[in-house]
Amino acid sequence: MTDNLKQKLGFGILRLSTWLILFILFIILYDIISKGIGVISWEFLTTAPRSGMTEGGIWPAVIGTVLVTMITALFAVPIGVFAAIYLNEYASQGKLTRTIRMAIRNLAGVPSIVYGLFGLALFVKNLGLGTSVLSAGLTLGLLTLPVTITASEEALKSVPNSYRHGSLALGVSKWHTIRHNVLPNAIPGILTGAILGLSRAAGETAPILFTGAAFFLPRIPDSLGSQFMALPYHLYILSTQHHSIGVVRPIAYGTAFVLIVLVLILNLVAIFIRYRFRKNLSK
Amino acid sequence: MLQNSKEKIVIKDLNFFYNDFQALKNIDLKVPAEKITALIGPSGCGKSTFLRTLNRMNDLIDCTKVKGEVLIDGHNIYQKGLDVVELRKQIGMVFQDPNPFPKSIYDNVAYGPKAHGIKNKEVLDQIVEDSLKAAALWDEVKDRLDKSAMDISGGQQQRLCIARALAVNPDILLMDEPTSALDPIATAKIEELIKDLKEDYTIVIVTHSMQQAARVSDYTAFFLLGEVIEHGPTEKIFERPADERTEDYITGRFG
Repeated sequence: MTDNLKQKLGFGILRLSTWLILFILFIILYDIISKGIGVISWEFLTTAPRSGMTEGGIWPAVIGTVLVTMITALFAVPIGVFAAIYLNEYASQGKLTRTIRMAIRNLAGVPSIVYGLFGLALFVKNLGLGTSVLSAGLTLGLLTLPVTITASEEALKSVPNSYRHGSLALGVSKWHTIRHNVLPNAIPGILTGAILGLSRAAGETAPILFTGAAFFLPRIPDSLGSQFMALPYHLYILSTQHHSIGVVRPIAYGTAFVLIVLVLILNLVAIFIRYRFRKNLSK
Repeated sequence: MLQNSKEKIVIKDLNFFYNDFQALKNIDLKVPAEKITALIGPSGCGKSTFLRTLNRMNDLIDCTKVKGEVLIDGHNIYQKGLDVVELRKQIGMVFQDPNPFPKSIYDNVAYGPKAHGIKNKEVLDQIVEDSLKAAALWDEVKDRLDKSAMDISGGQQQRLCIARALAVNPDILLMDEPTSALDPIATAKIEELIKDLKEDYTIVIVTHSMQQAARVSDYTAFFLLGEVIEHGPTEKIFERPADERTEDYITGRFG
């Protein structure tokens, strides 16, 4: 086989893989959108489910998911960023730090149901927070922490050392250097990573199953201590647990559609932030 | 040898280690005030490492060890409890590759003074103007101070880095091959600038261009394998070197 042929074959396989993924993604999106768009209406988005979830909308589930994701963000983003700053900027790069880093990477691979059970034991039972928005948000926070820490560390690593050394050589303290000359350049990467982590958390079912999500609760939660409906769990119920699955199928697709749009909006925000910061930097 | 000038930095029996590797061996050197001292020698001879021991930038590297003394104005900068941040305010540093921060030209120069607590806009404006003038960059950038420092030429960036260092009002300037990334015209400008700056600053410059050392410096120290082989007035080192190895190096027989 000639080199040229080998190259063509190689590129062909690469191209095919890309197209295959896009094709599958397209099929999924087409399926959900075509079957779900029919039920989308102002009423669907802004009213609670009625008549055993066969009619009405998904308003409480939308609000529940948004609230829980906000708790997740408030908990996981600051802690994750601070931990990443410590690991990358302050901790001496010895065995201990390497072990901690490896442990964090491994945490990202723990099945989400395990986080769910852990959240049940820690937040719901031991800390007495009960099944609530707070417990579920904190559990999802634990789930996203490894992603946030890793993304933040990568973002900090991508800031050239010359920015640090240039600042330190001016007799500027390490803290000031990090705060004013390193972090601003890492923020696009940090926020992108954090938002991608959050968008994954927003779609998780297992971690909220035991920690706060309600089967049916046709009102929005009145406090962080209440149970709540969430889009992914609602979708799960409509697809597998409902007594008349055939009847609620369009609603299930509509719910999936709204969930995907929410996640898409989060990702668009991440892209927008990255774009804005890049523009500011090159100004 | 240095009878006529005050000594700004005195290095006494300085040794430096990366893990087990000894990068500097028993360095004894006196750096006169308000003169230019050039450090020359082949790659890996320890001249840059030595430069970074003078403002303790080597502290940033893990697994390094220093033995000996570096006295600046008579005070050992390696004594216990010394505030490294305060020390570095006194000693400016210019790096091999121009490293402007991704900020505006103005903010690059104002960065140090701001970090040190100067908030008054007029005072900052004055510092920025004075520093850019001292670095011979003012006329080229005065109309675009709010433009990004990343968009000016390499030579301008290096002069900006010099201005940034001058803005915190140091009395020593350390330069680590400041022109090695620049073209001949930009290099000539920086060399002119360095000669002007010695009026007010004690300058130590690492260079691997012997012509540069001959052109700009008053004193030259020749480093080889972590040792100072010879040190003296630049003229003498280049015209009548005492050590055979120095002669071999400056006549281009190795290096």
